[in-house]
Amino acid sequence: MFSRQELLANGRVVPDATRCVQCGICSYNCPIGIDVRAHAWRGQAVNSSYCLTCGECVKRCPRGVLGFECVPPLGAGGARKEPR
Amino acid sequence: MSAPKARPVQYVIVGSGIAGLAAAETLRTRQPQAPITMISEEPHNFYSRPGLAYLLRGDIPEKQLFIRTRDDLRGLNLQRIHARVTHLACDRRELVLANGQRVPYDRLLLAPGAQATRPPFIRDDLSGQVKIDSLDDTRHILQLARRGKTAVVVGGGITALELAEGLAARRLRVHYFLRGARYWSDVLDEEESHIVMARLEQEGVHIHTNTQVKQLHGAAGRLTGVETEAGAVIPAELLAYAIGVRPRVELARAAGLAVDKGIVVNSFLETSQPGVFAAGDAAQVGSTPLDVLWPTALHQGRVAGANLAGEKVGYVRAVACNVTQLTGLKVTIIGSVGGGKGSGKDADTVAIVRGDSESWRLAPRAAVLADRHDVNRVRLFVGERHIVGALVMGEQTWSRPLQRLIAAGADILPVRAALLGPAATAFPALAQFYQQWEQRGAGAPPGRG
Repeated sequence: MFSRQELLANGRVVPDATRCVQCGICSYNCPIGIDVRAHAWRGQAVNSSYCLTCGECVKRCPRGVLGFECVPPLGAGGARKEPR
Repeated sequence: MSAPKARPVQYVIVGSGIAGLAAAETLRTRQPQAPITMISEEPHNFYSRPGLAYLLRGDIPEKQLFIRTRDDLRGLNLQRIHARVTHLACDRRELVLANGQRVPYDRLLLAPGAQATRPPFIRDDLSGQVKIDSLDDTRHILQLARRGKTAVVVGGGITALELAEGLAARRLRVHYFLRGARYWSDVLDEEESHIVMARLEQEGVHIHTNTQVKQLHGAAGRLTGVETEAGAVIPAELLAYAIGVRPRVELARAAGLAVDKGIVVNSFLETSQPGVFAAGDAAQVGSTPLDVLWPTALHQGRVAGANLAGEKVGYVRAVACNVTQLTGLKVTIIGSVGGGKGSGKDADTVAIVRGDSESWRLAPRAAVLADRHDVNRVRLFVGERHIVGALVMGEQTWSRPLQRLIAAGADILPVRAALLGPAATAFPALAQFYQQWEQRGAGAPPGRG
């Protein structure tokens, strides 16, 4: 398991498109206005560098579509968050 | 006999739900210029039908429901007709609308959806009786909820519960009638039902078990009360019902298409009439039971869109997976799940394994923010060599792995003995098995990287 701190620092939001019904609760609750629903439609991780990984969308999604995936930080040999 | 070749192929889609939209978008990618007409009784633009429950509850404003932007719609370039189709003449390849207008087609998709089954006690002379099929229905409920004080909700499944919770959130006094002794006994086991019922009562909903409506009372054209079979009368201004859905097959049946419970289609989603396809809640693939689920309609819509364009894409029924929220608890139902005592619905089930998701010790790459859940239940339906179904309630760590194992038909023989042992060791063993299974790439979809 990853700690909350690790997830906030290095996590990104990943959707499971097969569960999504496009209700839009995620986008509505994103404090910086990322259209998370559109990502879920395409099955794409939220790679926006503006994403705060605050977890509002993950927490509020009524269907458990969204989860966090831990991306290893820079220098740890892993992928990095893509800008935008 | 044959049409002039210069005329472009006319595509017509009846219905603007998710199946119709998915078909139109898929078709548009294949046919960037072709004329596509969409006929629908729905006056609004494309919206999330399952999201209506969240609008009712006040979780989102109405504008949030719309799933396509103006730019999206421009790109899709549909000719939209807001009308009811009254007649389908396959021999002339045309549709007749309620206003008499005739719409010719070369290739047709029927995606009319399903609608709430009308209970026998509904009266045409009273206002205040509602269902939740559409955005207009939801607006209507919200309007009535502003005036009313008391509501009765009837129905035993997800939609009825959403109605009860939504109306309670709108500060109505809600009486929820259950025909049997517990909630959703087809799917949930006794304990799961009671967890949901206890939470519902905490939300202020009054549950009446073993209760059925005998008749409705009214005055001056308005509902005033609901009388039960036992003779009690509950004063109420609102009656909301969700006792099931009925696929809209009338148009297809009158046109002579093969119709069973739904409009019968082959694996290419083509009806008994060549060039006429059906998808979504109204479609029945061969003799398989109807999957009245949003993801199924989406999937079928995409397949139908490709086949409308002339491709030959087979529809392969995915393992049914339904995710819902019951009294704030996320519930995932995968594959064959039964709520009856000790048995799954599926004949393949030989044992049921129960556990809690706290037993998950070996988290895969995906992780979950450690929000504590007061309920975490997993129920597995184990067959000879496969897990045939699962129900995950509350904490959802297990739901994705189980979805993958069930969908792939993973051979669980190596872990079967442990699964049938005590839950304390069964789930850790399954977690380890799953991790190794993923590492082997056994769950990777064929033909992808």
